[in-house]
Amino acid sequence: MKYTLKNVSLPNGDRTNVVVSGELISAIGQSTEGEVIDCTNLMVLPGLVDLHTHLREPGKEDSETVLSGSQSAVMGGFTAVSAMANTSPVADTAGVVEQVFRLGKEAGLCAVYPVGAVTVGLAGERLAELGAMADSAAQVRVFSDDGKCVSDPLVMRRALEYVKSFNGVIAQHAQDPRLTEHAQMNEGEVSSRLGLSGWPAVAEEAIIARDILLADHVKSRLHICHLTTKGGVELVRWAKSQGINVTAEVTPHHLLLTDDLVESYDPVYKVNPPLRTSQDVMALRAGLADGTIDIVATDHAPHPAEEKECEWSAASFGMLGLETALSVVAKTMVSEGLMSWEDVVRVMSTNPARIGGYARQGQQILVGSPANLTVINPTESWSVDKEKLLSKSRNTPFHGHVLPVKVVHTIFEGVIVVKDGKLTGKKHE
Amino acid sequence: MKNQLLSINDLSHEDVIAILATATQLEKITTGPTKKLPTLRGRTVVNLFFEDSTRTRISFETAAKRLSADVINFSAKGSSVSKGESLKDTAQTLQAMGADAVVIRHGSSGAAQRLADSGWINATVINAGDGTHEHPTQALLDAYTISKRFPDNNRDFSSLKIAIVGDILHSRVARSNVLLLTMMGAKVTLIAPPTLLPVGVEKWPVNISYDLDAELESFDVVMMLRIQLERMSNYYFPSEREYARRYGLNETRLKRMKKNSIVMHPGPMNRGLEISAASADSARSVIIDQVGNGVVTRMAVLYLLLGGATLSEVLS
Ligand SMILES: [Zn+2]
Repeated sequence: MKYTLKNVSLPNGDRTNVVVSGELISAIGQSTEGEVIDCTNLMVLPGLVDLHTHLREPGKEDSETVLSGSQSAVMGGFTAVSAMANTSPVADTAGVVEQVFRLGKEAGLCAVYPVGAVTVGLAGERLAELGAMADSAAQVRVFSDDGKCVSDPLVMRRALEYVKSFNGVIAQHAQDPRLTEHAQMNEGEVSSRLGLSGWPAVAEEAIIARDILLADHVKSRLHICHLTTKGGVELVRWAKSQGINVTAEVTPHHLLLTDDLVESYDPVYKVNPPLRTSQDVMALRAGLADGTIDIVATDHAPHPAEEKECEWSAASFGMLGLETALSVVAKTMVSEGLMSWEDVVRVMSTNPARIGGYARQGQQILVGSPANLTVINPTESWSVDKEKLLSKSRNTPFHGHVLPVKVVHTIFEGVIVVKDGKLTGKKHE
Repeated sequence: MKNQLLSINDLSHEDVIAILATATQLEKITTGPTKKLPTLRGRTVVNLFFEDSTRTRISFETAAKRLSADVINFSAKGSSVSKGESLKDTAQTLQAMGADAVVIRHGSSGAAQRLADSGWINATVINAGDGTHEHPTQALLDAYTISKRFPDNNRDFSSLKIAIVGDILHSRVARSNVLLLTMMGAKVTLIAPPTLLPVGVEKWPVNISYDLDAELESFDVVMMLRIQLERMSNYYFPSEREYARRYGLNETRLKRMKKNSIVMHPGPMNRGLEISAASADSARSVIIDQVGNGVVTRMAVLYLLLGGATLSEVLS
């Protein structure tokens, strides 16, 4: 199969034709081959890579499946997602990660890289068989108890040490459990008025500080999931200045939304870690722009309606993210003049692929690169309608928002899986 | 006036004055020969209580019955609700029953607003206490009680200094009272150990003190809050004895209070902990008045929100 993305803009603004043959980019320049797809006014990016996705399968297929999550991902321009381990059963054995990996292959829409649990059952007590997951068909390199924090400092130290033998990384959900018992929202002026138990910034920052020091001590690789506080950004900035091997992520929702939205008591705004203050949002944007924060990751967390149609404290934590991520980054960073499209490529494709060790993802648009590509219309805005999302769930906080940038085509290993904003095909093994 | 009472923020200053004035009239009428008024005849008021509170439920029930409304008590605790029936299902049931007003008490902050905003029910929603958020009718009855004890102020509290003492962090009574009493002009001081003040309280329009003794002589009103004993297990304070010694209203402190000042407590009291028996039963105490004032204040709220026959029609 051959086709040409004709007159398409590259992230640096240059216009050219990009020819795809089979799974690879075969030519860039003036020539056209095969089917010609007019991309005037469109821009091609390396396919987006999400390092933090909850696909819910196995166990919670009423919220999402590997297939529905893959559909949602490619509609959002992602060609790779990382399936978090807090499924049922937990992805803490080679058997479960291989099952998720196989389901990803069967869906055939994007790469699905399972994340392995750090500890058995996410209980924080005994290390899961990290080596067996690394050696499995899924070749797991990212390990996380996400949803829970690896709070025992000795367990965290051992995990960081152990994964060095296969160049793994521990992705930490930084939340001191004692400081966040019954926590419902950011602790501050808004929580004081609303009478909701506080989730203080220090509960995140204390774990980040500890883990930075542990990673330095054992000379291993640490990744901080979903950074949300100004203080956390400063800690990571300091660690990088010391040459400590730490990377950090921020979610799209933490780049845009603030804790005053909780005044509605609408659980669509309930998320963990919680929405913070506008000061934190500004610090996160600055940190992402200057490279302190390496990546944007969605923390896509689908929930069925009944887990959000209830009183605040009974509701589940989490928000959808895959189909709105690029648009929110465009709104908060590109439109605000904080980042260029090349920067977007860095934080949403190159860096997450590097951290995850995803060799066929996040590559520059060059002849010979795998054709994992996202074609966008950078000047078209759209109104988010939760009923039209491809996720099985509806818990987006952006319903009704008008956001910039439409994903037009998504190309996975040469196969056009989304064309003109609609699902078209899949990759057959 | 809004068609709901979820928070004191739903009320304007004029609304508050209207409620207190109506309560005064209702008190006059119902202490006379006609205890019961026909104003809400044919209307249905549902008491939806997800948390046990016999006192508050009886107060609302009495208020509604004195206005001739039909009252349904829906005690959700121990029923299907606790077995997983959601707030949504319950609301839809009440909608089908034709409830005109739902008085909701719930352990979760924001539950009343959730019920009102969700579109599950058309009834007027009245918050009878939601988690640690608000308890607006308690604040209204407290303001009514204060205005009766300081009649010369004519419902303007700007010359009054009011202390609220105790577990501010977990108190819906304190949150509603801070909003209402400051709206009426009072100078409010919150007195508590730092552990029982919420982070963010420095943004509230109040003074903060950790010392009950510092300005005790200056307060016109001292409102004591209930301390829940389970707080001790979360390190909020070291022992009951130490709490009582530092923050309890004992007789020594009672004697130091200003002339004509009053002692309040929303109940139920822990006698000997936050308030000594002698303080609770002293001449300064208006705690018993608060109970009676609760009924007329809640009558005023139901009357104004449900817009029944006007008082002048009733009186003629
Ligand atoms: Zn997490």
